[in-house]
Amino acid sequence: MLDLINFYLIPGLVVGAIYTLGAIGISLIFSILRVAHLAHGDLMAIGAYFALSWVHLLGGPAYLALPAAMALTALVAIGVDRTCYRPLRRRRTVMVIIASFGVALMLRAALMLIWGPDTQVYQSGIQRPMVVAGLRLQEKHLFILGAAIVLVVLLHLFLTRTITGKAMRAVSDDPDLARVCGVRTERVILAMWITAGSLCAAAGVFLGVDTQLSPLMGFNMLLPMFAAAILGGIGKPYGAIVGGMVIGLAEELSTYPLFGEPLIEPTYKSAIAFTIMVLMLLWRPTGLFRGKVL
Amino acid sequence: MEATGLLLYGVAVLTMGGIYAILALGLNVQWGFTGLFNLGVAGFFAVGAYGSAIVTSPAAEGRLGGFDMPVAVGLVAGGAIAAAIAWPIGRLTLRLKADYLAIGTIGIAEILRLVLKNEQQVTGGAMGLSGVPRPFEDLARPYDELAFMALVAALVLAIYWALERARRAPWGRVLRAIRDNEGSAEAAGKDAMAFKLEAFVLGGAIMGIAGAVYAHYVKFIGPEAFEPLMSTFIVWVMLVAGGSGNNRGAILGAVLIWALWSATEVATSQLPVEWTTRAAYIRVFLIGLALQIILQRAPHGLLAETPPPPPRAPEVKDGAGAEDGVRGRPPA
Repeated sequence: MLDLINFYLIPGLVVGAIYTLGAIGISLIFSILRVAHLAHGDLMAIGAYFALSWVHLLGGPAYLALPAAMALTALVAIGVDRTCYRPLRRRRTVMVIIASFGVALMLRAALMLIWGPDTQVYQSGIQRPMVVAGLRLQEKHLFILGAAIVLVVLLHLFLTRTITGKAMRAVSDDPDLARVCGVRTERVILAMWITAGSLCAAAGVFLGVDTQLSPLMGFNMLLPMFAAAILGGIGKPYGAIVGGMVIGLAEELSTYPLFGEPLIEPTYKSAIAFTIMVLMLLWRPTGLFRGKVL
Repeated sequence: MEATGLLLYGVAVLTMGGIYAILALGLNVQWGFTGLFNLGVAGFFAVGAYGSAIVTSPAAEGRLGGFDMPVAVGLVAGGAIAAAIAWPIGRLTLRLKADYLAIGTIGIAEILRLVLKNEQQVTGGAMGLSGVPRPFEDLARPYDELAFMALVAALVLAIYWALERARRAPWGRVLRAIRDNEGSAEAAGKDAMAFKLEAFVLGGAIMGIAGAVYAHYVKFIGPEAFEPLMSTFIVWVMLVAGGSGNNRGAILGAVLIWALWSATEVATSQLPVEWTTRAAYIRVFLIGLALQIILQRAPHGLLAETPPPPPRAPEVKDGAGAEDGVRGRPPA
């Protein structure tokens, strides 16, 4: 039982928190721009590598680099939107999806050019976990879960207490109505990229802290993050939290050796998110929280 | 010597360009004709390649296949297996909107890649399959390559001819109607789901044939040959650059982009070693940039789609119907 908690449940929660932060951004972009943002994974990797540069230049643990990485990634997201997505705004949204597919490869190519193709870590060496009543608690896991909760609370306050946040929700619910009510759509889109870009940078840094950094880390996150966003319901940031946790836990628990052998071969672990996503789209395309269907 | 080398280089570029042209034609059926957003091109390509390799390679220990069949059977098998995989995928995902279809097809390509990599007894796992026969191998040096290029060219032309027929036929017209306005196509009594499924399976089969040709060209295939995003992405760039919806544009875009791609590879291979790897990333970046520029500045590509003229109404007998406004040939 303790093994189940220590080696499957806690890592599942950590991975789920990382998926959540990425899925919130995907869900926001989906509901405001009405496109599936395929470059989200690679944007996340860029954020993780910004933090790596900070650690290389200034030293210290990776979480001190978090604010800078989030800010820089938000800037990259705004730059990408200005140059690649905004010129296509009046065209069919599917053109923006194709563009974001291209942006994904450009970001990854730039990443490999700047930081190299090899896997890297923020800090080498193994951290000894604290053992409290049989529970193995690793410092990095506590940091990731704690920081993720703080970020989600901040997002909640932003969306419910600020004018910009309310405008974002208004555009997401009904863009035309929001516009005739005087909501400036381009400002909302700017706020959306800042939110989505910084949250996905945080997800990237957390993933790097939890495991390691590699140029493909973002792409490998793309499917689970989309699965989480769709599971929670597009345009429902709180749904993304549930979606992220369900996907993360399902992935980790699926390899639990319940009957002596892993339920699913670990090599096929990445198929879980996809299966859940397809089943959800067939059974209830609005997601658990009654989001929208595009 | 120099001349033969140059000739062989040109032939190699055209052969691979032709294989990409087949892929782009397959994608054109799905995206250009019907508007189906398939980002799993690499998956169908890989399935076709493995299918043909298993059917045609000599028997081997420890894995399925090695049926030692002729190459022609392999090409058919590659297309058939890709179609057989496309059918259930289409049934599951085609009812979804473009955004979900994009994500779904990425996922399917990813799962196919996992299967190819892990199912040792079928696909040779990470070691891949070797000993795939190559037609015309017995001919002397430049002629074997030339003959293979001719085979690829013949396949491209045959598929082009068939697709042009399909495009001008009522079937192609329905696909365009679904692409432009699915609701009104359904209101006109067309079973949009069935047509979309047909287009998806046909496109998948063509991609499978491309994969089969590729397997026979390089004689060895492994899971690493199908880097999922890059091979899918380059086919998309080819189709968008050439002009989606236009079969000639698909072929032109494929050959042109591939020629550019390999020319820059030759150019950058002259650089010092530490720069060649970097140059590879710069090339990927530039091809992504090229896509952005095409999307913004030349959305129709090099050759814009030219919808075939509407069919003439059935011949009307003298006088009859003319005053009812039925369009017919003027009486002779």
